[in-house]
Order: sequence, then structure tokens, then C-alpha cells
Amino acid sequence: MNGERQIPNGESSAVPRSEIPHSPFPIRHYLALYAALWRNSVIRELGFKVNFLMWIVVEALWFALQLTFIGVLYLHTDHIGTWTKWQVVALIGTSHLIQQLFTALFLTNLTALSEHIRTGKLDFMLLLPVNSRFLISFRQVDLGGFVNAASALCVIGYALQRLGHAPGLAQFAGFAVLVVVGILIHYSLMLMLSATSFWTVRAQGIVWGYYNLFNIARLPDEAFRGPFKAVFTFVLPMLLVSNVPVKLLVDKLGSPLEILLLVTLAALICVASEIVWRTALKRYTSASS
Amino acid sequence: MSMSKYWHVLNIGLQNTLVYRLNFLFRATFGLIPLTATIFVWRTIYAGKADGRVGSYELAQMVSYYLVVTIVDALTAVTEDDWQIAADIKDGNISQFLLKPMDYLTYRLCLFGAGRLVYAVVALVPTVAFLWLLRADFVLPPDATTAGWFVVSVGLTALLQFLMSFTLALLAFWVLEVATFIFIAFAFEYLAGGHLFPLDILPPAVAALLDYTPFPYLTYFPVSIWLGRVPADALPHGVLVQLLWVVAAYALARLVWSRGIRKYSAVGG
Repeated sequence: MNGERQIPNGESSAVPRSEIPHSPFPIRHYLALYAALWRNSVIRELGFKVNFLMWIVVEALWFALQLTFIGVLYLHTDHIGTWTKWQVVALIGTSHLIQQLFTALFLTNLTALSEHIRTGKLDFMLLLPVNSRFLISFRQVDLGGFVNAASALCVIGYALQRLGHAPGLAQFAGFAVLVVVGILIHYSLMLMLSATSFWTVRAQGIVWGYYNLFNIARLPDEAFRGPFKAVFTFVLPMLLVSNVPVKLLVDKLGSPLEILLLVTLAALICVASEIVWRTALKRYTSASS
Repeated sequence: MSMSKYWHVLNIGLQNTLVYRLNFLFRATFGLIPLTATIFVWRTIYAGKADGRVGSYELAQMVSYYLVVTIVDALTAVTEDDWQIAADIKDGNISQFLLKPMDYLTYRLCLFGAGRLVYAVVALVPTVAFLWLLRADFVLPPDATTAGWFVVSVGLTALLQFLMSFTLALLAFWVLEVATFIFIAFAFEYLAGGHLFPLDILPPAVAALLDYTPFPYLTYFPVSIWLGRVPADALPHGVLVQLLWVVAAYALARLVWSRGIRKYSAVGG
């Protein structure tokens, strides 16, 4: 933007060893490590302030675009299925919230995996005395994502106000938990897709292809039927991740089974991702020896 | 002689992009998923409408609108070219064009044409299969003359898309990171070009305002021709306006290029 040069990915994120206290409790050790990675990301972002702000503008613009789309649709109709305008706005807000939190925490890390494999940098990461999945998943934090997530929260709040609906504390808590579950689903699915880069060089394309599927998550589930609905409910649960938390928030749930389905699928996908990750890693180490 | 070297470029461009055919196939096929989702949403809206109309669109017209957008997109959308141009400037690759008897804009246009050709051929299979599935709601151009005007208009759309992206990528002469600018422009084009929905379902005042910008000529105009929504007597006038935008975009591209080169040479020595 103003004549600064991009720092190559690797150098800046090396964590000074002395800063990490060695603790007998692994969780405390990992928390300290994550704190160091965070500090690193903040310092990185501070180096490119204008760029940092510009990306927030880009994301805000695309968010506004989605809201405009819904605004124009509702000029011509007052419901999509049983979904009213402000319910759909809450849905788009929630979808944006989940997507941005995912972007903040995981996106850069997961898309970088194929590059780490291609350049051989993964070898050095595997040598570090840290859990490899932890390092692959949490290396960098994209702080802009949190700013965008905050704007999503504002939109959700405004939509609830326009609905004249004040959810109870339990609903808010359930909503928060389901948002975390949604992030976990996206993370696990995308980790599995990234892990295909152990087999093919085209994985990055597949990963971005998946990222495009986020677009489906902001649409009301009632619009869909047939095999499309089945695939995007039970295999890649795009039609559950944002729909279910919003339905909980605005009293729209058909039955509590929807929550159960979402949580069960999340658990299954998490387990599957761990299996895929271990298989892929085993393949990698054996291939180079 | 002077033309034949650009045939060469086109040829090389074809061979280079053929390498990415599998990638293109993925992209074309993945792209059908959000398209399907949009069509589902519109069907649901129409199911709740007593008169079966949104604005002046019946369901088949609305579904076809998005299908024809997909076709126009496959033929004209700029995908990698702007990134490559920006990278050429940043990495200093354009220096060689200042020495060779080859014009960088024409060179880039040839590569763009080659890329679109390969993409369109690869995307043909999944797209035609998809159209066949939705054939009940797929509207064809009303007659051969309209189809002819559509072809002309798509050609102009391709030129306009290319020239606007080219000019935007030239920002790399002045700023280091052009990605954000490209995404911001893309967002505007997505909405004002008619990607997201047909522009005439907007409030009339907004639609009229957009008419004074080049954006509707990037997608909305050729698609409207296909659907027979542009009256026959308004067609030549519309295509003329589109042509004028192309000329204007070309002049701007040349101007920005010569300014950029002046800045570039100044840095180099």
C-alpha cells in the first residue's frame, strides 16, 4: 500500500523459544504457546495497517452486498417459505459471524498447508516439540476477522430488535454454543480437504471450492429439497450450521432434534478429521524415509 | 507480419491454459452449486406469489436470467488476468515489453482471449448438462436476429470486462497491494452489473441511475438481449452505447498505461 514489502510467511512467525515457559501441564504450555502466536500475529498486522483496514472494508462491502440482495428480494415478497425478512437478516448475520470467526482462527493456516507440503517446510514443523495438528491449525490469527465478526453481531442484534424478539439467556447461550459447533464443523471439514494435499498438488483448489460453499449456509433451509438438501444437510451440513442457531434464537425450531442432528454430525466430522489427519501424516512421513 | 506475432501469442496462450483444464473443470462444476442454491430460493419465492411474477419476470425468465449470466460469465469473465498483470508490473516483467516490438495491451488481450476460449470449451460439458436438467425453465432467444445481437453484445462485454480489469491492474504502478482494489471493484460489478439479480427489479430510480454507468453493460445488457427483454428498436442504440463504453475504457486504459510507464521508467533509471 505505502511501499512496504510483504514479509515472507515463515520468518516472522518463528516463536522465540525462551518466551515459552515449560510447564508440567501440557494445556498451560499450549495456552502460552498460543498466546505467543497471537502476539506474533498482532505484530505482523501492525506492519501493514492500511492493508489491514482495506481488507476490513472489502469484507464489509461483501457483507453489505448480501444484505442488499435480501433487501431487494423482500421488495417483491414478504416471505421465503416461512422466513420473514428480519429472520433472514439474522441468518445472514449469523452465517457471516461463523464464517468470519473461522477466517480469523483457521482459514490462513489451512490454506497454507499445501504450500508447506510443497516447499518441504512441513518437515521443520513436524520436528518441533509441539503437536503437529495444533501448529498447523493455529499458527496465524487473522485479526480482521474479529472486527468483521463484530459487525455481524451488530446486524444480528438489529434484526432481533426489528423482529421485536428478546431471546432468553438460555437461547443466547445455546446460540453461542452452536456457533462454536459450526466453526468446528467448518474447521474439521476443511482440515480433511487440506489433508488431501498429501496426495495431490491440486488441494488448494479444492479447499477454495469448499470455501465457496459457505455461500449456501446463509440461505434459509426451507428453500431446498431433494438430493441437494440431503447432501448439504447430512454430508456437508451447510444448511444446518447457521440455520439451526438462528432458529433457536428466533423460536423457529421445528423440533430439538435439529440441534441433536447438528451436534451429532459435528462429533462425527471431528472424529473423521482426526482419522484422516493421522492417516495423511503417517503417509507423509513414510513417503520421505 | 505485425498480426502474425499476436497469433503466436494466442497460440502460446492456448497451450499454456490447456494445462489448467482440470482446474477449469473443477471451477465450472463447483460454480453450479451456488447457482443451484439461488434458483432454489427463487423457486420458493415464486411458490409464495399468487400472480407468479416478480417485477416483470415469470419464473422461467428469472431462472433463465441466472443461467444466461453463467453462460456470459464463462465467455467473458476476467479471472486470473488482472492478478498476472499486477504481478508483471510488480516483478518488473513488463520491462521486456518496452524493448520488444510488442504492445503489452494487445499481448494481454490475446492471452485473455485464449484463456476464455479454453475455459468456455471445458465449461461446456457441465454447463450444458446443467441446462439440460433445467430445460423446462430455460428460455432461448426469441429469433435469429436477437441471437446475432446477443453475440455482438457478448463480444463487447468481453472487451469491456478486459479493459476495465486491465486498467485496474495498472494501479500496481502506484500501489503495492492491488488485491483489495480489485475485490472492491468486483463487489460493485457484482451488484451493479446484474450478477446478483436482474437490475430492473430494483427500485426504478436506482435502475435508471445505473443506466448512466458502464456496469449494466458488463452482464445485464447481453443477458437481457438473450431473454428478449430489449425491444427490437432499442437494440442498435443499446449496442452503440455499449460500444462507446468500450472505446472510453480503451482510451482510459491507454492513458493510464502511458502514465504508469512514465512512473515505472523513472524508478528504473
